[in-house]
Amino acid sequence: MNIKAFSIDLKNKKRLIPQVLTLLSIILAISYFTFNAQVNMGNRGIAFGFGFLTQEASFDIGFSLIDYDGSHSYARAFLVGLLNTLLVSVIGIFFATLIGVTVGIGRLSSNYLVAKFSEVYVEVFRNIPLLLQLFFWYFAALRALPLPEQAMNFNDISYLTVKGWYVPKFIWTNFSMFVYSVIAAIVAIIFVSKHAKKQREEFGKHIPSFYIGIALLVALPALGFLIGGVSLEFEIPVLKQMSATIFNFRGGVSIIPELMALAMALSMYTATFIAENVRAGILGIGKGQKEAAASIGLTKAQILKLVVLPQALRIIIPPTTNQYLNLTKNSSLAAAIAYPDIVLVFAGTALMQTGRAIEIVSITMGTYLLISLSISSFMNWYNQSVAIKEK
Amino acid sequence: MNLRIIKPKKENLYTYLALGIGLLSIGFIDIFSNTFLNLNITGFFPSIISYLTPLILGAFGLHLIRIEYSGNKTLDIINKNFNSSNFNAILSLIVIFILIKYVPPLLNWFIFDANFLGSTKEDCIGEGACWVFVRVWFNRFMYGMYPDAEQWRINISFLTLLSSIGLIFILPIKFKKYIILFLLFIFPLIALNLISGGIFGLEWIETGAWGGLSLTFIVSAFALIFCFPIGVFLALGRRSDLPAIRYSSIGFIELWRGVPLITVLFMSAVMFPMFLPDGTYMDKLMRVIIAITLFEAAYMAEVVRGGLQALPRGQYDAAKSLGMGYWRMHFLIIMPQALKLVIPGIANTFLALVKDTPLIFVVGLLELAGMIGLAKTNPKWLGMATEGYVFAALVFWIICFSMSRYSQNLEKKLSTER
Repeated sequence: MNIKAFSIDLKNKKRLIPQVLTLLSIILAISYFTFNAQVNMGNRGIAFGFGFLTQEASFDIGFSLIDYDGSHSYARAFLVGLLNTLLVSVIGIFFATLIGVTVGIGRLSSNYLVAKFSEVYVEVFRNIPLLLQLFFWYFAALRALPLPEQAMNFNDISYLTVKGWYVPKFIWTNFSMFVYSVIAAIVAIIFVSKHAKKQREEFGKHIPSFYIGIALLVALPALGFLIGGVSLEFEIPVLKQMSATIFNFRGGVSIIPELMALAMALSMYTATFIAENVRAGILGIGKGQKEAAASIGLTKAQILKLVVLPQALRIIIPPTTNQYLNLTKNSSLAAAIAYPDIVLVFAGTALMQTGRAIEIVSITMGTYLLISLSISSFMNWYNQSVAIKEK
Repeated sequence: MNLRIIKPKKENLYTYLALGIGLLSIGFIDIFSNTFLNLNITGFFPSIISYLTPLILGAFGLHLIRIEYSGNKTLDIINKNFNSSNFNAILSLIVIFILIKYVPPLLNWFIFDANFLGSTKEDCIGEGACWVFVRVWFNRFMYGMYPDAEQWRINISFLTLLSSIGLIFILPIKFKKYIILFLLFIFPLIALNLISGGIFGLEWIETGAWGGLSLTFIVSAFALIFCFPIGVFLALGRRSDLPAIRYSSIGFIELWRGVPLITVLFMSAVMFPMFLPDGTYMDKLMRVIIAITLFEAAYMAEVVRGGLQALPRGQYDAAKSLGMGYWRMHFLIIMPQALKLVIPGIANTFLALVKDTPLIFVVGLLELAGMIGLAKTNPKWLGMATEGYVFAALVFWIICFSMSRYSQNLEKKLSTER
């Protein structure tokens, strides 16, 4: 906060009085609440503090990306919840973008059926509360899947059952080498495209940077496999008989139904909003732009790539980031179907066990706030960098 | 490669038309026999080809009838709207095939095989939906645990609300404002007292018993009434040139907008009681309404701010030059124009509010979705989740869709040329 803004002319009481009153009432309210909280906590014999984070959590979490069991601390449980939240958000954002862009373009299609189909999709899924969609997928649709012994079989490598979706597990050796090769490929591509741009702008030479880029992206990791000692094996899930009547899959990775339901509901719901953004963005480009581009002899692909998309993206991206943010916040609905995200693990189980309402709810809200603020500040930076620079 | 042979021309219009329609109908016959007769007429092909036959035949048929300016009006319309390129033709076919494959079973489940009559789960036979479940539980879905004998109180409240809203449309503008004032200030008090009771010999019904769809309306109506003025003041605060007011408004707005509603509700349920003096008790429903109000007020503030920013500077200058002060300028000149600009935004916020109300289940209040969750775990009605959630989705969809359409119309009606 800058001090200058507060250096108010004291003579100007008209400006000063409302500000002082506002600050005073805020301070009064905060101190009133703090006082009450202290009294209440004193009565219950709990002291405010975050020391409990290092205590043993002693509860299990059904689904975790990192090592976790009851003997780990509450802080570790928080981390598990946070990672699960981020996982479902990333999956949701990926599919929401995919569906959203497809449907958004579909709504503008000259094909009547496709346009109508996309419109119906948007109107149906946008106007049903997300929680109901989540319940529908989880309690109705995914519960109708077969038991493990009659699993839906995808070419003997992947199985869909009521207990989850079993997919092969990747077992890497020398995984870091693979990552390095991918990073090297990306760096090389950036280099090549910069060079290509320079060549084009200065000498008018055309370098097929796109194909070179694809070649690099394939060649470098392939080199890693051939001489870098990288190898990849798959662990395929197999059906095992646990007891006389109970069957289950062993091995592979199990994607739990909670995660599937949440990712489906989030992506299908958010996709409707992204579709509307995409549609608005493309409609926002004036016809004149395309005609002007065509009149200077650009091909259809060039018009799309050089004229329409750069301008449309400027309209599409800000509201779409907002939707990504909404999706991340909406992933907290996980608590309704017991997917162990940060709200369920931390604001649910951990709060029940410790009774530390104020600390835990503040940490949870603070985490979401941090995510939101960092995405929106990134957004502001991006908006400034792509804004049309007017002379 | 010379594809001239299969390039349709206007001269041989009818040959190509016959050929194309022939291929197309073979494709459709294949799909129909597959779907309804359980007969695979192309079973002699390898499975993947057999699967794609209708698509391949149909696409080729559509290619043959794609003749520009054929002179046949129907054909031109079909070509323009469904068949403008090979890609579009395939897309059209896929959509049609999906409709043929999936719409009849859905309709069967939904209507033709469904059971409407009866009073127990055993009355539901066959494959279709069991709407008996919804019929039996209908009162609970609408009124929650509110006692049956007292439900007229809720009905009267909503009838009054609906009829006064109806009156707004009918009456001339002179009376409109009185009705709006009645709806905003007097009606909420009457309705609240009528529904909760405890006065005039009405039986007291605690808020824990409220539920179902009526609770959705109660929560959203109260939250809307309260969040609107708060939002307007926050928006003015954010645009104020007094730094203390501006920064506290920004802080307040960003705090609420940065967190999910579910954590706010958690806060109202478990954290807020800690902040009250020992021994004070605030009703759970009231806490929830306050939480949702503050949450939505932050969003409302941003919507209103959008309207304020869109107004040209001249409006402010003109108001000031007439000697108006801050409040008179804002409430007589700026707000009426700014609010008109953001009606779609306000409607969207209200829509989001209605769609968010099911979340109040986290604090144990059961509106429609929550009641269905309760009913589907009833031992006599196990396995009815699909019916319940489809019903709830339908109800919410009708409410939200009609609201969004209404706001679009309003937007068109109120749009003033600038």
